[in-house]
Amino acid sequence: MPGEKGNLQKILEQGAFSVSAEIGPPMGADASVVIKKAQELKGVVDAANITDNQTAVVRMSSIAASYLSSMNGVEPVVQMTCRDRNRIAIQSDLLGAYALGLKNLLVLSGDHQSFGNHPQSKNVFDVDSIQLLYSLRKMKEEGVFMGGSKCKSPAEFFLGATVNPFADPEELQMIRLRKKINAGAQFVQTQAIYDVAKFAEWMEKVRGLGLHKKAYILAGIVVNKSLKSIEMTQIVPGMLVPCELVERMRAAGPGNYDSEGVGIALDLIEEIRKIEGVSGIHIMAIGWESIVPTLVARAGLLPRPAIE
Amino acid sequence: MIVAEQKNIDEIRDSLEGFKSAVVAACGTCVTVCMAGGEKEALRLAAVLEIGARERGVQFSADVICITRQCDMEFLAEAEDKLLAAECILSLGCGAGVQFLAEKFPSKVVIPGLNTEFIGVNRGLGYWTEMCQGCGDCLLAKTGGVCPVARCSKSNFNGPCGGSALGKCEINEDTDCAWQLIYDRMKRLDRLEELLEIEGARDWRTSRDGGPRAACREDVR
Repeated sequence: MPGEKGNLQKILEQGAFSVSAEIGPPMGADASVVIKKAQELKGVVDAANITDNQTAVVRMSSIAASYLSSMNGVEPVVQMTCRDRNRIAIQSDLLGAYALGLKNLLVLSGDHQSFGNHPQSKNVFDVDSIQLLYSLRKMKEEGVFMGGSKCKSPAEFFLGATVNPFADPEELQMIRLRKKINAGAQFVQTQAIYDVAKFAEWMEKVRGLGLHKKAYILAGIVVNKSLKSIEMTQIVPGMLVPCELVERMRAAGPGNYDSEGVGIALDLIEEIRKIEGVSGIHIMAIGWESIVPTLVARAGLLPRPAIE
Repeated sequence: MIVAEQKNIDEIRDSLEGFKSAVVAACGTCVTVCMAGGEKEALRLAAVLEIGARERGVQFSADVICITRQCDMEFLAEAEDKLLAAECILSLGCGAGVQFLAEKFPSKVVIPGLNTEFIGVNRGLGYWTEMCQGCGDCLLAKTGGVCPVARCSKSNFNGPCGGSALGKCEINEDTDCAWQLIYDRMKRLDRLEELLEIEGARDWRTSRDGGPRAACREDVR
């Protein structure tokens, strides 16, 4: 029903600790890939992000895969980047998504196309992520399109944004978070957290500004399956992975990397849950989605709360 | 200034296929300053084309003419005699120069010798970077004199994306993060708070998106 709130929003509003994950759509038109991943996550998470051509690699559209996910028991968080569509296409696609019953939307800038499999392409960036959040809030609250004309049946998404607590320049990134929330973000998913101490310091600043009361902060967790994957994560710009964690993985030895990866993620979840102002976790098990049920169960986060 | 670079010599040769001679037209403005299409480059290119032709046993001659500004009819008129006599014209002007020559000499084939790249500055010997995209609605007053339209890879108007690391852009280490530069400037000017203001969606009609642009100054017409 239009106007009715989605699962994720209800869970957060009732004060429960939310759990979300990610479903990466396939690089093809096979619906069964999405359906299988959704079935694995059903009952395990409150919602799943469906990525929008992540790392600028062409995949099944986020909206189509979100619909498949919703039909198979997992509430999706549609992702929309500013890279590939102008304001006409974005609004049109989002009206369609909302008409299909999709309730949650995560707005992102989008990785530059030079990273993907179509580096020859033209990018768009007609609007940036903050301008898009702002205009979607206006559509929701005032029933207007970006161009100013009336929209009779606006899309009323539960709006989300991303934040990287470890990106540069720190002071400006915090200004940007404030802007995202002012623009209309109701929930904020963070970049993967490995350095809990640094994240706790950041959360202190977030609380100091009262931002945790204006938007739900969902902490990002990456589960690493191998020594190589955590080593690679460590060198990604904007990722902060303490050397102790890499050493811990190494010490576990080959054959135990996957269980150690889960162990590290469980410890991170436990520590992060204690931090005031964190409303949920967002698990990014890239290429290892099947581990999510185990992780959520072992973190003591099952069964998922019923919606009041 | 407009920054350009000479095209690959093989591409220029391909475009000249079938011609036995050409007039290489240098331009005395931006492309002279960025060492792509001035008199020196035109003389060198003419020599390279002639020597190359000789080596391949093909007949080809290239003459050089210097035009003060290829984007100005007045100066094209001065070159009229020589260009009307040319078999074809190889222009080392920017895209505007090539097109203005084609307009002035409708019976002549005009071939571009350069790739026109951007509006930029010289940062050292042989090194130029893009600074302006000619969007038609300058917002440098709000961004500490650093343009996010031209210099942020995503033309972000409200701060850096998550790919900014150690002052560099996610696309490569040679590209400064425009928002790091904006931040540094605004902080130094003690105007950081101004960046909290949400910069609304742009009206791109002033840019290329509004269709080809014209500037009309009634006061000087």
